[in-house]
Amino acid sequence: MAELLFWPALFFYGEAAVGYLGDARHPGRSGRLATWGVRLGWLAQTALLATQAARGDGFPWETWASSLDLFVWLVVSAYLIWGCRTPYRLLGLAVMPLAVALLVTARAGGGTGVGAASHYSTLFLVLHVGLVLAAFAGFTVAAGLSGLYLWQERRLKSRPVTILRRQIPALATLDALALRTVAWSVPLLTLGIAVGLARLVSRGDSMDAVIAATAVTWVVWCAYLGLRLLAGWAGRRAAYLALVGFVLVVVVRVVIQESHFG
Amino acid sequence: MIHLVLVGTSHHHAPVELRERVALEREAAQALAAQLAEGGREAICLSTCNRTELYVAADDAEAAERDAVAALAALEPEVEPVLYRLHDRAAVLHLFRVAAGLDSLVPGEGEILGQVRVAHELGTTGVFLGRVFRQALHAGRKVRAQTAIGESPASVSSAAAALAEQVFGSLDGCSILLLGAGKMSEGASRNLRSRGAEIALVANSKTDRAEIEAALGTVDVVIASTNAPGLVLDADTVSRASQSRRGRQLLLVDLAVPRDLDPAIRDLDGCYLYDIDDLEQIVAETLSGRRREAERAESMVAEEAEKFHEWHASLDVVPAIASLRAKAEEIRTAELRKADPLLGRLDDSQRKAVESVTSQIVNKLLHLPTVRMKQAAAAADGVTYAEAVRHLFGLGEDER
Repeated sequence: MAELLFWPALFFYGEAAVGYLGDARHPGRSGRLATWGVRLGWLAQTALLATQAARGDGFPWETWASSLDLFVWLVVSAYLIWGCRTPYRLLGLAVMPLAVALLVTARAGGGTGVGAASHYSTLFLVLHVGLVLAAFAGFTVAAGLSGLYLWQERRLKSRPVTILRRQIPALATLDALALRTVAWSVPLLTLGIAVGLARLVSRGDSMDAVIAATAVTWVVWCAYLGLRLLAGWAGRRAAYLALVGFVLVVVVRVVIQESHFG
Repeated sequence: MIHLVLVGTSHHHAPVELRERVALEREAAQALAAQLAEGGREAICLSTCNRTELYVAADDAEAAERDAVAALAALEPEVEPVLYRLHDRAAVLHLFRVAAGLDSLVPGEGEILGQVRVAHELGTTGVFLGRVFRQALHAGRKVRAQTAIGESPASVSSAAAALAEQVFGSLDGCSILLLGAGKMSEGASRNLRSRGAEIALVANSKTDRAEIEAALGTVDVVIASTNAPGLVLDADTVSRASQSRRGRQLLLVDLAVPRDLDPAIRDLDGCYLYDIDDLEQIVAETLSGRRREAERAESMVAEEAEKFHEWHASLDVVPAIASLRAKAEEIRTAELRKADPLLGRLDDSQRKAVESVTSQIVNKLLHLPTVRMKQAAAAADGVTYAEAVRHLFGLGEDER
């Protein structure tokens, strides 16, 4: 029965995605409905994950599909921190369709079931996967913020007469939020990688493609932080770098799927 | 029955030369309201740069109108032909439209709501006029909260400030470089300063170029409005200054004709240049948006005015309702007193139960007649119903 929680989550996320689309055309009520859709969908998915955790044997998100389920929840959680505010509704237009698509993919891969047996139930794995996924969720939101920054910057440059009609976060705010999100996510990824390496050494395993791709991702996001904090990078250049970092996040996810579960 | 009378003039009817002669300072407006309120009336004087209006609540509407016209004519005799005179429903709807900014020069401007509030505070009000103004303020706030009528800027200077907020968010701590100190740039900088920005440098033709270039490296907003025949800032100068800005955005607003700022600045990374044409087009668009929202606001205001009329009409039947309830309560307590020898045997909780049951019977019996009388009052049959109730229940006969 608990698997049925997937449907309200999907329904409300889908409603939010449609609502944000409507809000992009005619700002107002559909945006408010979309925000409620995110909240209710998040609650349903939280209940689903809690049930998975309670009934699972060990760590319940070890498959690519179930980790995708967890990843969606983390992304929506990160988005919810700002997404309830009117100016950030456009960010929802990027985040919520992605959440719907990934949740459906997770379902197709059997990742939203309850009571699955786990082969890996060590604290190492919980920490490693949890921290890396949380960091990736943060990077996804940071990439969304950067995408919104580039869009808003383009609008300001092109000077449309409707420039003041829509409430959009200020450029400086988007820039600062992206930096703050990355500043939280990089330490999480660092810790996640450290835990993974410790496990690798203790088991005597060798490096693989996932570790290499994750290391490159870590380097890029560290470079993002370093360039912003030390070299004074900001604005468009930083936004493009965040998008590059996000592409690497996607690559790592694909590589994980291919190498671990393919 | 109490009537509302409005006598006044506004930008729709009188030119500024005439309006300024009947415009009143706060103290004068307060004194005029007090003067009109003599003899048991209520009065409020609303005086702004766009209107002077006297609202008087009185039983004798004709006398109230006469006195209000005389009061304004005493300030300026020439104003009399351009005075409008509205009564009751029309006066209420007008006030509600005024409070919502629908009668303003720029639809939805927000200042009027504060001015109506101040006029209310300074007026000589009682139950009726106090209620009219409170409901008008409520209607004004509701329109502003539920429509986008007041969200967009209505002038070039406020558009410049709104653009700065699109770039920087909060303007607290943002610094401004003013090139030239004309009227336009003064308006724009005042708007920015009201939102927390600060002026870093006001440059004129005598200001050292190096000082301007140094300021360019640190400020957030540049407002140009000089009389110079050619460009005051070229793209190369801004590009050089941008190197020390470390990616920080720079908003440049060119209010001058001929233009002061090189259009090539637009191509520089992190620089956003708007000229007077851009801003005027943005303002025109936002004003048309305000007019669209005004249509929604009109229906909201009409709805609120209707609510007030229902309340006003219910005043006709309130005395009859009160008498009816008093009579019923009197009968109930008298009958309980008669039954006291029997009820005396009951303990406290049982007596309370009897009290409660008899009260509920009275309330339930009177509920529907009360509602129906209020509905009839709203439909203008209130007085007839009230008389019928008085007759049927013999209300007020004891006094007679």
